[in-house]
Amino acid sequence: MLSRTAANLYWIARYLERAETTARLLDVGHRNTLLPSTGGGFRNEWAAILQAMGAAGRFAEKFGTETRQRDIETFLVFDLDNPSSVGACLSAARENARIVRTALTTQVWDAINGSWQEFRNLQRRERSQIALPDLTDWATRVTALVRGAIEATQLRDDGYHFLNLGYALERADNTARLLDVKYYVLLPSISYVGSGLDTYQWTTLLRALSAHRAYNWAYGGELTASRIAHFLILNRLFPRSLLSCAGLANESLEHLARGYGRSTPAQEAARHLLAELAEAKVEEVFDEGLHEFLTRFIAENAGLGQAVHDAYLTGEAR
Amino acid sequence: MGAETGAAMSEAFNEMYDGGALRAPYRALETWRRTMPAELRALKQTEAEALFRRFGITFAVYGEGGDPDRLMPFDMFPRVFTATEWRRLERGIKQRARALNAFLADIYDRGEIVRAGRIPAGIVYCNEAYEIAVAGHRPPLGVYSHIVGIDIVRTGPEEFYVLEDNCRTPSGVSYMLENREIMMRMFPQLFQEMRIAPVDGYARLLKRTLASAAPSKCAGDPCIVVLTPGPYNSAYYEHSFLADLMGVELVEGQDLFVEGDFVWMRTTEGPQKVDVIYRRIDDAFLDPLCFRPDSALGVPGLMNVYRSGGVSICSAPGAGVADDKAVYVFVPEMIRFYLGEEPLLSNVPTWRCSEPDDLAYVLAHLDELVVKEVHGSGGYGMLIGPKADAATREAFAARLRESPANYIAQPTLALSSCPTFVDEGVAPRHVDLRPFCLVGETVELVPGGLTRVALTEGSLVVNSSQGGGVKDTWVIAE
Repeated sequence: MLSRTAANLYWIARYLERAETTARLLDVGHRNTLLPSTGGGFRNEWAAILQAMGAAGRFAEKFGTETRQRDIETFLVFDLDNPSSVGACLSAARENARIVRTALTTQVWDAINGSWQEFRNLQRRERSQIALPDLTDWATRVTALVRGAIEATQLRDDGYHFLNLGYALERADNTARLLDVKYYVLLPSISYVGSGLDTYQWTTLLRALSAHRAYNWAYGGELTASRIAHFLILNRLFPRSLLSCAGLANESLEHLARGYGRSTPAQEAARHLLAELAEAKVEEVFDEGLHEFLTRFIAENAGLGQAVHDAYLTGEAR
Repeated sequence: MGAETGAAMSEAFNEMYDGGALRAPYRALETWRRTMPAELRALKQTEAEALFRRFGITFAVYGEGGDPDRLMPFDMFPRVFTATEWRRLERGIKQRARALNAFLADIYDRGEIVRAGRIPAGIVYCNEAYEIAVAGHRPPLGVYSHIVGIDIVRTGPEEFYVLEDNCRTPSGVSYMLENREIMMRMFPQLFQEMRIAPVDGYARLLKRTLASAAPSKCAGDPCIVVLTPGPYNSAYYEHSFLADLMGVELVEGQDLFVEGDFVWMRTTEGPQKVDVIYRRIDDAFLDPLCFRPDSALGVPGLMNVYRSGGVSICSAPGAGVADDKAVYVFVPEMIRFYLGEEPLLSNVPTWRCSEPDDLAYVLAHLDELVVKEVHGSGGYGMLIGPKADAATREAFAARLRESPANYIAQPTLALSSCPTFVDEGVAPRHVDLRPFCLVGETVELVPGGLTRVALTEGSLVVNSSQGGGVKDTWVIAE
């Protein structure tokens, strides 16, 4: 397979996953605004969301320092200049898909193309007519549609594994960032840990990951920092946990190594990441410090991305 | 050149009729057309468009605003050739394709035709499309133009004229294939009633032709790629379609690199050697080290590998000189010189404005001639004398006097017309034909081609950029 084709497939998956995360973050922010005001002196919830996406500066340039919901909505959904907006991600995914049209099944192309066409229809609609939850529901629905089309129709060839690799790496990065943001940005001070506000925010975080019910089933409902950390980092059953993502990345890379009859530093990096998570205990994570652990994970995950790039996407590795 | 605008050219020939009588190949179609209710026709037209959209058969137009993915207007009324008509066309087309290639092989070698005084040296060697960079290099099989698109118009039952040759990268073959697919899907009963020769062997023939052009350094099955300028090119769909049909990779310049004596493709399994490049980019962009240094579409060093026989490029760099409008005039001479045959297809009588006598004639008869730029294409930069007003003709005459060598003139041909669906029912519209001749170890032509139709009443311009559409082209099987 052409390296560029593999890169396009990999990035289609990353952009779609990113669009979904942006929509989920928007949903979290919206729920936070329904929370009774936390009083003066604390960071506005929307500002925390922007910080989570690393987009606070870009937002301020465009809309000023005041964070109004309508502007946030514009910025996170419709603004094509914001590379993390739902629209920009769908557009980039569609452009990538158009280029590798022949590497995708008709259903997958229809789903990606359709999501972009629907976005353009939304753009034309009167904004006051669209409720924010409808918007975020729509975004998670179209990305799920593409994912479903991929699962149901794509050949299990190397292209499929590059798609999965893109999903796995992007999702791991997003989960780690969401968790980190909750812990370090959203919570105004350490004294709030265990307070009512804390609990509410944990719930919204779980909601953002479509995991609040799953959590209840798995852990019996009691929200504690260590259980939630265990759930999002080390749970084998939760598909967005860092362990599950590392597992998917590892599995995809093993398929590629078998198919190509050649192992690369990328497989080594993935095995290393997976082994570490598989053996980790939640106490160790907290001993290291959750923020420190997540920062290290994000860097290692990015390192794996670089290894994948060097091994497969430049076409120069021999 | 004489003024051969005789009676045969003044009346448009309707390919459906012979005098007042319906011609045999159109009989079944006339019944089909007459018995099709208007609602069904509208439904089928919508269905056709939906199919085109679904297959992604669009041409991309960027920078004009609006939806960049445009549909080529498709007319469902097929154009039909009898087996006898086609046999004659086929012989003429293959003859021309052979002669054009012989000419190219000659002028990059000893230039016998120039030495023999059959074509002026200036027209060949001072031509912008003449690539000094490949002079003396003989490509495999001595073939330069592997895909020759010859634009043909018809003016009467027996009169066919070649309007121009396309020796570089003629486009449109994807429409020939897809128009047929869609017609077969929508009107299967017509194909059962009439014996229509299939065209779907084109991709296999193209692949075989490209494989036969593999360089001598290539051992085993050659690795073939299609080189495209990228998704923003208007013909990108066709590039990806052809690559897909042949089962070869569609690459951009950035996917290829030169190392040692060969060209390599970047793949997930590491570099893979490339033997034959079917390029759909112009010479000027092929290699920034050899041609335009600002080209980001090409592959640095490609021409060195090409000249040392490490890779084949189809069509070969430099092939464009054969389809230049000033060279066109001499194609009948080429056929006589290289093949020792009389041309089976005529040229349109052409005045070269670089010749003082011709220029004087053209200026005196602007109101009855079509004047074209020598290097122009796509129906732009031309004057259709009978349709232009006096002021436009005056302005054009001034440009002619200023740089006469840039122009040629031809009589306005009474292009044949074919029945075409219009709002009111069916009406004749002017058409032309572009068949795609493949030249490799053998010379091949699938029975069909791209028929372009001027959808505006009375219009003679069939270019898609100016209100033209396409039709399926049928050849009755023998």
